Amino acid sequence: MIANFGYFALIITFITALYGAGAAAYGAIQRKPELVESARRAMLLTFPLTTLAALSIIVLLVTGHYEIRYVATVTSSSMPTYLKVTALWGGQEGSLVFWSWLMSAFATAASLRKWDRDRELLPWIVVVTMVTLAFFLSLVIFFENPFARLWLSSDGQQVAAMLQPVGARSLSPSDGQGLNPLLRHPGMVIHPPMLYLGFVSFVMPYAFAMAALITRRSDDRWIRITRRWALVAWLFLSLGLILGGRWAYDVLGWGGYWGWDPVEIAAFMPWLTGTAFLHSVMVQEKKGMLKHWNMILIILTYALVIFGTFLTRSGVLSSVHAFAQSAIGPMFFVFIGVTALGSLALLVERWSILKSENHLGSMFSREALFLLNNLLFMGILVVCFWGVIFPLISELVTGSKVTVGPPFYERATSPLWLGLLLLMGVAPLSAYASSTFRTIGRAVWKPALVSLAVPLGLFLAGYRSIGAILGYWLAVFVALVTLYEFWRGALARMRRHGEALPLALWRLAGRNRRRYGGYVIHLGVVLMAFGIIGIEVFQTETQATLSQGEQLTLGHYVMTYDALSQFDTADGRNVARAVVSVYHDGKYVGELYPRKDYYYASQQPMTIPGVRSTLEDDFYVLLVGWEPIAQQGATFKVYHNPLVNFVWLGGLVFILGTAVAAWPDPDPEPARSRMRAGRSTASAYPTGAA
Amino acid sequence: MKRRFLNQVRILALLLVFLQLTTLTVHGQGGGPSDDEVNAVASQLYCPVCENVPLDVCPTQACEQWRATIREKLALGWTESEIKGYFVEQYGARVLATPPAEGLNWLVYILPPLALVGGAFVLVRAVKTWQSNPEVEPVTSSSADDDPYLAQFEEELRRRDA
Repeated sequence: MIANFGYFALIITFITALYGAGAAAYGAIQRKPELVESARRAMLLTFPLTTLAALSIIVLLVTGHYEIRYVATVTSSSMPTYLKVTALWGGQEGSLVFWSWLMSAFATAASLRKWDRDRELLPWIVVVTMVTLAFFLSLVIFFENPFARLWLSSDGQQVAAMLQPVGARSLSPSDGQGLNPLLRHPGMVIHPPMLYLGFVSFVMPYAFAMAALITRRSDDRWIRITRRWALVAWLFLSLGLILGGRWAYDVLGWGGYWGWDPVEIAAFMPWLTGTAFLHSVMVQEKKGMLKHWNMILIILTYALVIFGTFLTRSGVLSSVHAFAQSAIGPMFFVFIGVTALGSLALLVERWSILKSENHLGSMFSREALFLLNNLLFMGILVVCFWGVIFPLISELVTGSKVTVGPPFYERATSPLWLGLLLLMGVAPLSAYASSTFRTIGRAVWKPALVSLAVPLGLFLAGYRSIGAILGYWLAVFVALVTLYEFWRGALARMRRHGEALPLALWRLAGRNRRRYGGYVIHLGVVLMAFGIIGIEVFQTETQATLSQGEQLTLGHYVMTYDALSQFDTADGRNVARAVVSVYHDGKYVGELYPRKDYYYASQQPMTIPGVRSTLEDDFYVLLVGWEPIAQQGATFKVYHNPLVNFVWLGGLVFILGTAVAAWPDPDPEPARSRMRAGRSTASAYPTGAA
Repeated sequence: MKRRFLNQVRILALLLVFLQLTTLTVHGQGGGPSDDEVNAVASQLYCPVCENVPLDVCPTQACEQWRATIREKLALGWTESEIKGYFVEQYGARVLATPPAEGLNWLVYILPPLALVGGAFVLVRAVKTWQSNPEVEPVTSSSADDDPYLAQFEEELRRRDA
C-alpha cells in the first residue's frame, strides 16, 4: 500500500515536472503570463509530492518491509532507527529519490523569491529545474524503482517488479542484508546529503545563467541573484568533501583521507569549477568582464554535477561493459551530452551580446590574477578528468584497463596547487585594473621577506624535501598576507572610529562579508595545506607481528601489544579488538583499541583504527591480522601522521569563512544594479527562444 | 711449510665461524623479508579485483595471498622491478599505480600539460586582446569593492602607504 502510494507520488511528480517545463517554455514564448504562473505553481507542487515519495521510502525502511527489494538490500532488523532513516541515500534507488527531493526543494525555494524585477527569467528557471528533476525522476520510475517488490518466478528466479509477474509468487525475506558496513559511520551519514546539497544547489546558478542567455540579458543580474546560491552550493560541496575525507580516515583503514579514487574525484571536479566560478564572477560584477567565461564555467559545473552522479551511479568506473549493461548509464550519458551541447550552442548564439565592458589595465591587476587562478583550477580539472576517464578510454581502445592512481595525480597537480597558494598570497594585495609589478612588489615584499624565515628554518632544522619547504613557505606567506589585510582594515577602523581591535575586526568583516569571508577561507586553506604537506611528505609507517607484551617502535612512539578479544555483537558483527598501550618519548599516553569488524550478513570486513590524536600528530594503529585460536600473536600496521589534524581544523575554518561570505546582506541591489548595455527585455515575457 | 698450512687452517676455521655466525644472525631476524619490505613493494601495486585499492592496504583474502607471493619472491632474491614485472605479466598493466609510458598510455602524461600550455596561450591572447581593445574605456578604479566605506578606507591606506 505504502509502496504503491510512494510510486504513484513519483509518477505524479514526474508528470507535474514535465507539465511545468512545457507550460513555462510555451508561456514564455507565447507571452502568456498565466501559463507561466501555472508552471510556477506546478514547480511548487513538486516539493510536497517528492516529500511524500521520500517519506514513503523512509516508512518502508523503518518498519522493515523486506518484501520491497530496496528495503531488503539496505536495512536489517538489527540496524538502529537512525541508520534505517539514512538508508534512504544508502543505495542507488533511494539516493536518486533523495536527489530529486532536494532538486524540488531548491526549485521551490527559488520560485518563492521576489520575482518583480526578474520576471522574464522565471519561466526558464522553471524549464531548467523541472527538466533536471524530470530526468532524475525518470531514472527512478523506469529503471531504479525503490518501491519494486520481490517476487519468485515460476523458474525459481528472484525478480523485482511493481506488479506481480505472470506465474510468480510474492517473496518476503524475514530480514534484510543491512546497510553497507562502510556507510554506518556518522561522517557517511552526513556526507552524501552534503554532497547532494552541493550538487543540486549548483543547478540554480546554471538555471539562472541559461535564463539570462535565453532572455538575452547581458548584465550581471543572474550572478548577483545566484551569488548566494553558488556560495551555499560551494559550502555544502566543501563540507561533503571534508566529511568524506574524515570518513575515509576513520573507516577505510589505510592511514589517509584522500586516495584520488574516481568517486572522490567525481565530487571534487564540480568543486574545482565552482571555485574558479566564485572567483571569476567577482570580475564580472566589478568590471563587467569575463561574461563568456563565467557562462562556460557554470555550464561546466552543471555538466560535472551530472557527470559526478553518472560516474558513481552508472557502474562505468568498474568497467565500460558494466556501463553498457547498466540501465541508467546510457541515459545519463545522453542527458549530459544534450544539456552540455545545448547550453554551449546557446552560448555561442548569444556570444556577441556578452561583450566585455572594460579592458584589462595590467597583467598584474586583480582580474588578470583571477584569470591565472582560473587557469590553474582548470589545469587541475583537466588532470582529474583525464585521470578518471583514461582507464575507460584504454579499455575501449586496447581492451585492457589501466590504473591511474595517486602518484599520477600528486605529481601532476602539486605544482598547480603551489601556484594557487602563491596567487592566494599575491592577489589580495592587487587592485582592479591598476596594479603593476612594482605596486604588487611594494605590497608583497614585507610578508614575503618575513615568510622566508620558514624555508630557512626548515633547512637549518635538517629538512630537505623541496616540496615541503616550498609548500610551507607559501602557506606562511599567504597567512601573513591575509592577516596583514585584516590588520590593515582593522587599524583603519581603529584610527577612524576609535574602536577596540576585536570590535574593529568584527565590523570590518561585517561591512564586507564576502571579502573577509574569503580571507578566512584562505586561512582555512593555509591550515589545510599545513596538514596535507605534513601527512603527504612526512608520514611514516611500519608493520609487525607482535606477541603479547612485545613492542613496536615508530619515531617517538612505542606501542605494546597487551591483549586481544573476539566477540559477537547484537547488530550482527564479529569483533576482534586489540588493546595496545602507547608511549610517547618513553611516557605512557594511553591505550588504543584497533579492531576488525566482520559483518555476517554482508560478509564484509571493516578495519577500524585506534588513533591517538594531538595537534602535532596522529599515532594511527590498525589491526591487520591475529591468531584466532591462541590469540597470542597479532599483526599491526602503524602510521605516524604529522600535522594531519590541521586538515580538519583548516576545514572548520574554511567552512566558517564560507558561512561568513554567504551570510545574507541587506539587499543593496536597487542602488547598485548594473543595467548596462545589452538589455533588450522590455516586456515581462519576451520571445525567449528568439 | 707446516706453519703455512696451519695458518691456512686457522683462516679457514675463522671463515667457517664467521659464516656460521652470519647464518645464525639471519635466522635470528626471522629469516625472511619483513612486513615493511613486503609493503614497500605492495604499496606500488593495485589489486586487480578490488577497485582502486593499493595492495598493501587491501583487506581481502586475495590480496593477502598476493602479499604472500611478494614475500616469497623477495625471499628468493627478486628485485622490486622483477616482482612488479611478474604481477604485470600475470594480471596486466592495471596492477601498476600508473600506466607504463608506452603506446596509448603516453596520452595520459602528455595531454594535461598540453592542455595547460594551450590554456595559458588562450589566456595570454585574451589578455592582449583586452589590453588593446579600443572599444571600451580603461577603468582605473580602486581595488575596493562596491562598498563606499571600504573604498574610502582603502583610499586612506593608499595615501598612508604612498
